[in-house]
Amino acid sequence: MSISALLLLLAFLAAFGFLIGRQKIHLQYKQQSEKPRITTLPKYFGYVAGLVSLIPALLVLFVLHVAETPWINHQISEVIASEGLQTDLDLDLYLNDIKNANSEAEVAALSHDKQVIHGHYQRITKTAEWGKSAVVISLAVLLGLFALKRINTETRARLIFEKIIEWILLAAASIAIMTTVGIVLSVLFESMRFFGDVPVMDFMFGTEWSPQTAIRADQVGSSAAFGAVPLFVGTMLISVIALMVSVPLGLMSAIYLSEYASRSVRAVAKPVLEILAGIPTVVYGFFAALTVAPFIRDLGEGLGLSVASESALAAGLVMGIMIIPFVSSLADDVMSAVPQALREGSLGLGATRSETIVKVLIPAALPGIVGGVLLAASRAIGETMIVVMAAGLAANLTVNPLEAVTTVTVQIVTLLTGDQEFDSAKTLAAFALGLMLFVTTLVLNMVALYVVRKYREQYE
Amino acid sequence: MNKPINNTDQVKLSLKKRYFKEKVFKSAGLLAIGIAFMFLLVLLTDIITKAMPAFSQTQVNLTVSIDADELGLKDDSSREDFMAADFRQPIRQALRDRFPEATKRKVKKELYTLVSIGAEYQLRDAVLENPALLGQSVTMDFIADDDVDAVIKGAIDRTLPESDRRVKDQKLGWILEMEASGEVHKTFNWLFFSAGDSREPELAGIKGAILGSLYTLLVTLALSFPVAVAAAIYLEEFAPKNRFIDFIEININNLAAVPSIVFGLLGLAVFINFFSMPRSAPLVGGIVLSLMTLPTIIIASRSAIKAVPPSLREAALGLGASKMQTVFHHVLPAALPGILTGTIIGMAQALGETAPLLMIGMVAFIVDIPQSIGDPSTVLPIQVFLWADAPERGFLEKTSAAILVLLVFLIAMNAVAIRLRKKFEKKW
Repeated sequence: MSISALLLLLAFLAAFGFLIGRQKIHLQYKQQSEKPRITTLPKYFGYVAGLVSLIPALLVLFVLHVAETPWINHQISEVIASEGLQTDLDLDLYLNDIKNANSEAEVAALSHDKQVIHGHYQRITKTAEWGKSAVVISLAVLLGLFALKRINTETRARLIFEKIIEWILLAAASIAIMTTVGIVLSVLFESMRFFGDVPVMDFMFGTEWSPQTAIRADQVGSSAAFGAVPLFVGTMLISVIALMVSVPLGLMSAIYLSEYASRSVRAVAKPVLEILAGIPTVVYGFFAALTVAPFIRDLGEGLGLSVASESALAAGLVMGIMIIPFVSSLADDVMSAVPQALREGSLGLGATRSETIVKVLIPAALPGIVGGVLLAASRAIGETMIVVMAAGLAANLTVNPLEAVTTVTVQIVTLLTGDQEFDSAKTLAAFALGLMLFVTTLVLNMVALYVVRKYREQYE
Repeated sequence: MNKPINNTDQVKLSLKKRYFKEKVFKSAGLLAIGIAFMFLLVLLTDIITKAMPAFSQTQVNLTVSIDADELGLKDDSSREDFMAADFRQPIRQALRDRFPEATKRKVKKELYTLVSIGAEYQLRDAVLENPALLGQSVTMDFIADDDVDAVIKGAIDRTLPESDRRVKDQKLGWILEMEASGEVHKTFNWLFFSAGDSREPELAGIKGAILGSLYTLLVTLALSFPVAVAAAIYLEEFAPKNRFIDFIEININNLAAVPSIVFGLLGLAVFINFFSMPRSAPLVGGIVLSLMTLPTIIIASRSAIKAVPPSLREAALGLGASKMQTVFHHVLPAALPGILTGTIIGMAQALGETAPLLMIGMVAFIVDIPQSIGDPSTVLPIQVFLWADAPERGFLEKTSAAILVLLVFLIAMNAVAIRLRKKFEKKW
């Protein structure tokens, strides 16, 4: 039975349980000669019956569905062993043809061994599918019957129902934790496999990055090098350029908007800055690669400089513009959190507005601003599309903004797009880079949030 | 002159300088905003001007004689026969008839590139629709090749010397002749909105990408909206104060700042490799994007729920409603406009997201228009990315046009969000 049919059947069973449960309470109530004081609407009895039958069945279905493929693979490999067939290949690759053969013509095209396995495979999948359906459906029916039998007019159905709902709500809230765990596990697990091939030290401190392996062993670069330092330097370079653009511009526009601008200017300028934040990064990437980069190259050539057509400067500049609204809204937040009394005190002593801002407001808001800059840095480090489209692929170890550099995110994308088997060191390297990226941004965010929170408490 | 001056004088003396500094500071602020504005303006004009040509398409008017015998077709031929018939020959014949001077093999070959390779399918579809055309001579518009399109739109400079020009003198001569006689003309490019991706710029459209985006967003919405609202309700209304809840909150805040590409890695490792879900499918893309937008929607929903005044809850509780009834019957409806606004903003964010979808293989070249959430497909931002990489010049305008479509969708979604907020926003 297909998964969607199974889900539909479960929903149907639950609805059935609901109707019967409600009906049962109706009848019971009518038959009782001495009417009890009833505190619960009949529908809640129905809800309880339906949910009791539905939820465990769904959970079991999920678990079985996840376990299905490994179980099938295990069974198949036992069959292969018992039949004495030779599989020098990886099991997944070997089974691929067999799994994909659906029509008779495709089956006939397989080798004799594979045809035998195909027969077994069909049988095993059938068993798995029917087993899964049988377990889930009988569970739903049994639990439904159990619930229907247990409820009576004395049951405090509403309380049970509300408890169930509360657990569902808690489960929804816990998805955030599961996502984090999922990220950490998936990145960590693959990274461990990568570090089994490539020593951690070589990865962290190696200065040569060339993940492509040559086809023949005697060619140049026959062994891949996974020294990630050029990537880290490239990422830092582009992020620093981006911050050098976005921090002054973002800070100054926040200051102007919150301290100088009239209401009407604010009403126009704030949404426009938000538009900058709403433009998809791929658009910025396109603009950086096709408009800004050639412009900078031509400008540089006019000045007699040699500028790479995928210069770090172009990517960094555009990324900086992208982060402006981010910096300005954070700065705006922390500066409006500074108590008005500080401002008035300074102005009352005869300071001009700019003196108040520079000497009173900014020092008072400094921790918040630093937190905002850290968050902006984490944004810049994790930004992908602008650098994928506008920065280079070659891992040059340089801090010259006019040259092409590559970044961690660019390499993750290039390593993982395109067709290659999943287990090569190349694809695993992407996960190791992902781990670095995740840890770096996590630390930056933690520190930033801590700083911002600490600062806010100061004035509250 | 060495007379000691008092404080007031000293201040007065410095005033000019200080006021000047004040002015400089203020204009620096104005300048910062100005730069951001300028950039936005340049970005938008650049994209709009680049995109405009993509909305028109050059057509070549040809008179084609459709010889049923040569095509091997009869009035009662089956659909398969039509599909298999070679409609290229009649078009080539028509081009040779139009320019009889092309006799050499090489010249003829050049001549055939005046129309797109899609022209034969245009002819086939026309005949399929109206089999009476068999054996007749029809005059119809065919899609021009992208080079012809570029010449007509002025993207290829006709005054350049031949060696620097992509379109050589001979072909240019034909194009100019046909232009003068009105045989080539521009029409609105409907194909751009009704076709899937193609290797040929003149045949490429964004319908596949738009539908892919739509399916992906539907999955995202279906998953993230209920979960986010449930999580927000729990955290605002039911959660006890303990370590576990603090941990959940820290996680939500951190997930909001995790780079989107990391979610792509999660999708690749967990959903594609572990759960063996289909690659390139809107289903997986939607799941990944919903995990990514969850924090956004949760945070927005929480503040909407928090904004509902306690008096409402107390009144409901006082009338005997249970906590659950209070929340679901009274608090949630009151907070719904705010929640919906947050959801739409989260969806807009998901619509523009590219990097995580690259990781799960939505970057493949897909011609077919997806029919369901399980079909391989691509999405608008990735279409932009793919076309931006394509070497053919014709794709430049397509890329900009796709960006424009994407921006229109984003603006529409944000406008709805703003209207919703304006219309239902209650001041408690």
